[in-house]
Amino acid sequence: MESLPVSTVAATKSVESLNEVTVLFAGDSGDGMQLTGSQFTLATAFAQNDLATLPDFPAEIRAPAGTTYGVSGFQLHFGSVNVRTPGDEVDLLVAMNPAALKVNLERVRRGGAIIVNVNAFKPHSLKLAGYKDGNPLEEGELKDYRVFEVELSRMTEEALKGFGLDKKAVDRSKNMFALGLTLWLYSRPLKPAIAWLSKKFAKRPELVKANIHLLKKGYHFGETTEDFVVQYEVAPARLSPGTYRAIRGVEALALGLVAASSKSGLDLFYGSYPITPASDLLHHLSRYKNFGVKTFQAEDEIAAIGAAIGASFGGNLGVCATSGPGLTLKAESTGLAVMMELPVVIIGVQRGGPSTGLPTKTEQSDLLQAMYGRNGEAPLPVLSASTPGDCFYAAYEACMVAIRHMTPVILLADGYVANGAEPWRIPSSSELGGFDVNFAGKTNRKVDGKDVFLPYVRDPSTLARPWAKPGTPGLEHRLGGLEKQHETGDVSYDPENHEFMTNLRASKVERVGQFIERTEIYGHEEGDLLIVGWGSTDGVIKTAVDRLHNRGLKIGTIQLRYINPLPSDLGAILGRFNGYLVPEMNKGQLVRILRDRFLLPFTALNKIQGQPFKASEIIEAAINHCEEIN
Amino acid sequence: MPTLPPSRKPVRPPGRGPRRAGPPKARTSRKEYASDQDVRWCPGCGDYAILASVQRLMPQLGVKRENVVFVSGIGCSSRFPYYMNTYGMHSIHGRAPTMATGLKASRPDLDVWVVTGDGDALSIGGNHLIHLLRRNVNLQLLLFNNQIYGLTKGQFSPTSEIGKVTKSSPFGSITPPFNPISLSLGASASFVARTADRDTKHLTKVLKRAHTHPGSAFVEVYQNCNIYNDGAFFDFTERATKADRTVYLEHGKPMLFANGKRGVRLDGFKTSVFDIEGRDFSVNDAIVYDETSLELAGIVSRMSQRPDMPRPFGVFFCEERPTYEHLLWEQIAAITERQGQGDLDALLYAADTWTIQ
Repeated sequence: MESLPVSTVAATKSVESLNEVTVLFAGDSGDGMQLTGSQFTLATAFAQNDLATLPDFPAEIRAPAGTTYGVSGFQLHFGSVNVRTPGDEVDLLVAMNPAALKVNLERVRRGGAIIVNVNAFKPHSLKLAGYKDGNPLEEGELKDYRVFEVELSRMTEEALKGFGLDKKAVDRSKNMFALGLTLWLYSRPLKPAIAWLSKKFAKRPELVKANIHLLKKGYHFGETTEDFVVQYEVAPARLSPGTYRAIRGVEALALGLVAASSKSGLDLFYGSYPITPASDLLHHLSRYKNFGVKTFQAEDEIAAIGAAIGASFGGNLGVCATSGPGLTLKAESTGLAVMMELPVVIIGVQRGGPSTGLPTKTEQSDLLQAMYGRNGEAPLPVLSASTPGDCFYAAYEACMVAIRHMTPVILLADGYVANGAEPWRIPSSSELGGFDVNFAGKTNRKVDGKDVFLPYVRDPSTLARPWAKPGTPGLEHRLGGLEKQHETGDVSYDPENHEFMTNLRASKVERVGQFIERTEIYGHEEGDLLIVGWGSTDGVIKTAVDRLHNRGLKIGTIQLRYINPLPSDLGAILGRFNGYLVPEMNKGQLVRILRDRFLLPFTALNKIQGQPFKASEIIEAAINHCEEIN
Repeated sequence: MPTLPPSRKPVRPPGRGPRRAGPPKARTSRKEYASDQDVRWCPGCGDYAILASVQRLMPQLGVKRENVVFVSGIGCSSRFPYYMNTYGMHSIHGRAPTMATGLKASRPDLDVWVVTGDGDALSIGGNHLIHLLRRNVNLQLLLFNNQIYGLTKGQFSPTSEIGKVTKSSPFGSITPPFNPISLSLGASASFVARTADRDTKHLTKVLKRAHTHPGSAFVEVYQNCNIYNDGAFFDFTERATKADRTVYLEHGKPMLFANGKRGVRLDGFKTSVFDIEGRDFSVNDAIVYDETSLELAGIVSRMSQRPDMPRPFGVFFCEERPTYEHLLWEQIAAITERQGQGDLDALLYAADTWTIQ
């Protein structure tokens, strides 16, 4: 690890050990808070802590400076213990201006620390932030917190004198000072940030020099100033053995798709139309050209999935990703893939809705859309990803299911899991499950003494139809959206055949269930309450269950990878508990599916604020529930 | 009673000799390209003639049947793939260009044909059409234009003329029609042509050219809907009027019509008609058509909107430029060459890593 900058006064500070810490960087959307947060994340990963992050930014790229609605934040929870959520309460808030303080103060725990850029607390900025009655730094409003007033802007200006940067460039660099200071405060290494800066500004050495200088200045300031008497350290987490990296969910999705392509031997064709927060997947995949990945930035959401379907027909791994309104636009084409029985993976990175809703905020409100949002009886497998690292395996599995069962698959992630980061044990490619693809090569029936290929003859165990690539002689066939006759695939309006085919398509999806692994229960295997979650609530529910365990309640939890079909052991598991709680970031969608299927009294716990659950909210609901049923 | 002449060795009829010298090739006939499905268009529909022409043309193109894919959307014309004994996809309304793009981009080895109609391509699928042409995906797009919605039983379409009385416009349609040729030129199509169902010879000739064109070949086919819009193009297809009402574009040749008695000349930026035998102009004043000129193609395409002008048929525009899939594969190859074939394990580890024992 990089040796820390040497300072003679460092020894006079006391060092205190902490198990876990939550830090929140907040400032204007142009202040570089996402960047500061992600660099702190990398340093924290480097320090081998477990971590979880919550980037939280406005939909506007550069909202008017100084306003509360333009505040961008990056919350990071790290520790030597298991960290599964971005933290309920903030231990340290770094506020670059009054608006950032105003918006985020309620997240800081009483007694927590606040570092403010005191230079930004001027009458105009205070007014913009809505501090009508004066400066909160002077009014005693912050008496319950430990406030550190740091002259971030002034010290940045001074430090960069002589670097030849203009005023704007200097002002934009102050986040590096803040980063340096916080890295010192929590004994994080500077090395990852230095490496990143050197790469990022490789073509502008003056910026590399200036930023690294400022980063170190911030670090030294922490050491030398008398304001900070304590430096903290957080010991490495006891993660299971292996080689780790920090990974964002969207990055893991991209890697999962490339892995599926690589292991299956199918070329990946990715059709996409830019949409928040799914666009990053297009950005990542468009870099992987040397893996044969073809990315197609389409003219709209419909063309994106259309092209993916076309590529699948041609024998490729057709994939597309989108968010809320984009999933709606893809509905008709998804139905076509259901009818043609072609493999396509559709990734939905959910965000707040309806309509444009909250583009940069998280929600789980597209589950019912994924399940039922198509005309006609059009069932398909629906999977979900539970953590940033899990996105890799979820994407991989979605591809496998699509190909094995010849069906479109919807994989649901959300803004929180896609933008969040965590340490991820890197699997070796040989650990990944096998991925056999069998293209049809010859005729499969004898009709009137002639060998023919019928495109809808099915595999008796999965009910999947054969995948015949154009270019294969003798297997010429036509697919389409009209109802087809069993086996021949000819257009058929026969009443009995339609009912038969509708049931057959449903059975095919049900049979995906044969391949679903045994459901893992976290916490008690039987008892008072089973918390049933799906998707990104995984971490917060497990954290809640850990804490509830200490209170002597018999609570277990399961996180569903498959929502369609539901795992076949779910009924038996439900039978071992007295009550059920279903937390979701929506009005109650999984809970409807479960009630419908099992006719049991599931209790919904809903949060629709564009923010993930806090563990305390789950704990409270669980305790209330247990009291009611006892 | 006359007697038969002594028998002789049969002779070939006068005219063109055998098409090719050399050993006889395996003959492929139209039948080979007909699928086993009953054709379900209305009797008398112009689609039959187009289907027959395409089925006859296919064996002449030198492409293996298994490498041919017909992709369509929704509408009468879009049933086309079902009747072709090739690979095919009958997709959803307006989206055939998207599927064809994904297919051709990932499988440049295939010979892809898109069959669409005026509603399918110009209304619900308008966006996809223009982007397909802009990208220049190497395929043939046949737009069967009958100026009506047939399959939904007779509503006005985006190519129906103003004032058209239909089920959905009982007092006459009030929207101006698209000019598909001008539209495709505006969308940067690299090959733009027009032909008609009743002139199967010309149809075949144009389709053959379209097939040799490396890029998106846009072919508008005037097609008669004898149920809902019968005779929409009879002016241009029936013997009595055809010669006077049509002009056939040929690269490097003067724009003459009416059996060579009339010509089309440029009057500033406008086209006008003149008599060859007249006093003011001679055959030398006729536009010598240049299919490489986008400007001329634009001007000539607008003749279709003027009732006083003959309707142009043939290849309006043809330019060679790189295809979408070529550029896509070339970029992938160049980057792979530079960075080496991707290694999955290396990619997974491509970050700051740390190891816990």
